[in-house]
Amino acid sequence: MDINDLRSILTVLAFATFMGIVVWAYSRRRRAAFEEAANLPFTEDELPGAARQCKEGKAS
Amino acid sequence: MDNQATYNYKVVRQFAVMTVVWGIVGMLVGVIIAAQLVWPDLNVHEWLSYGRLRPLHTNAVIFAFGGCALFATSYYVVQRTGHTPLFAPGLAAFTFWGWQLVIVLAAVTLPLGITSSKEYAELEWPIDILITLVWVSYAVVFFGTIMKRKVPHIYVANWFYGGFILTVAILHLVNSCAIPVTLTKSYSCYAGVQDAMIQWWYGHNAVGFFLTAGFLGMMYYFVPKQAGRPVYSYRLSVVHFWALIFTYMWAGPHHLHYTALPDWAQSIGMIFSLILLAPSWGGMINGIMTMSGAWHKLRDDPILKFLITSLSFYGMSTFEGPMMSIKTVNALSHYTDWTVGHVHSGALGWVAFISIGSIYYLIPRLFGREQMHSIKLMTVHFWIATIGVVLYIAAMWIAGVMQGLMWRATNPDGTLTYAFVESVKSTYPFWTIRFLGGLMFLVGMLLMAWNVWKTVAGQKPYDAPVLAPAGSHA
Repeated sequence: MDINDLRSILTVLAFATFMGIVVWAYSRRRRAAFEEAANLPFTEDELPGAARQCKEGKAS
Repeated sequence: MDNQATYNYKVVRQFAVMTVVWGIVGMLVGVIIAAQLVWPDLNVHEWLSYGRLRPLHTNAVIFAFGGCALFATSYYVVQRTGHTPLFAPGLAAFTFWGWQLVIVLAAVTLPLGITSSKEYAELEWPIDILITLVWVSYAVVFFGTIMKRKVPHIYVANWFYGGFILTVAILHLVNSCAIPVTLTKSYSCYAGVQDAMIQWWYGHNAVGFFLTAGFLGMMYYFVPKQAGRPVYSYRLSVVHFWALIFTYMWAGPHHLHYTALPDWAQSIGMIFSLILLAPSWGGMINGIMTMSGAWHKLRDDPILKFLITSLSFYGMSTFEGPMMSIKTVNALSHYTDWTVGHVHSGALGWVAFISIGSIYYLIPRLFGREQMHSIKLMTVHFWIATIGVVLYIAAMWIAGVMQGLMWRATNPDGTLTYAFVESVKSTYPFWTIRFLGGLMFLVGMLLMAWNVWKTVAGQKPYDAPVLAPAGSHA
């Protein structure tokens, strides 16, 4: 086994890892967690003073 | 309220203001060298000659303007989405002053002709060491802040910023490896085609990570915030991130088509560049679809105009890039002004537009104002800049295709139809149009500077209080 076999294996592993990430990202059990993460920018609003609108209700 | 902790907005303010300053400086140098191409007499002194000023322009717009925008927005986003002030504020202050020193040193050494002559990495070794120190500090501050976040998730924008910081560190360290001879002269560790390949592995990933991943971090925070709705698909954003990480690294060889680089390496570069179309367009669609149901806001919100138009240019240039990486297309386009047009559709249309939109979002918030001084002026800025970009890239497309066709044209007896200088002569009108387009973009930046000044003048700096995360995140 020469170094090129290792290189091929690494490439295949990288591809498999990426496909694993795709499956994981679209799996049903990640739905709620991703929804929560997507709302992270909205847990507060940063307009100073009177302009502040509380959007915390959105982050369910 | 008095004893409540506040976010560290000081360093964000500093970088945000310097983004505008360096934007004007970098683009002014760009307009000057564009004018030098049309009127060669403007090369008045060796320090101000085209060959010295061109790297100053690229360094200023990429690392000074783009870099300050990335520092400002990443420090802002990582604090706000983590519900915690910056880690190591002293180190954060060092990143600001250190980075400004790097920029000033670049502005002094490059016109003097002190250069390593590696494109987009021209700065000599003492400055490279300073960059390394600043960058390691940046990583410590950024990842330290992520570690002490008060919410379980790391918001996707921070993944893009983090990927950008890590990768740029690796790229800089590997590509800048050099043997110093004197204080101002060094020689690359690599030789021949390896040197070329490492240079363009660096060069293309500087595009991919400095000029793309970091600015995608901006997109994933400021587009949802300004549109008032979460990103269209968070899952797509996760796949978008990892797809970019797994493919960008391989695309560099397309800068070396038909050179001494082995054919198989050129082909791999081309294939991975073509694959890159998928994640790029996935990300663009994800950003633009965030607007669905809120499209009416685009009508009277110039910040959204900048952000969404930037995504359109991102889509255009990430379609054009893979196409130009195809060897047969590259045979026509390489070494022509088409490449320059492509770069500027990305640099002006995508990178500058999303930075301008994000800075317009930040400035009022950093100085306790509800909005910028003049909304109308922001809209004027948007239209001047848009027309400027379109003039610029259209002129360069036509000039580039024309040059490529003239250079390859042959007579029946096999001799070249045109001398090189004939193609230069034919390009003058397009260089003039390009100069006008660039000038318009610069005028837009001057309007922005005035608007920022009117927004900031007399205002006290404002540091927002750190708010506890909402119940569901604790």
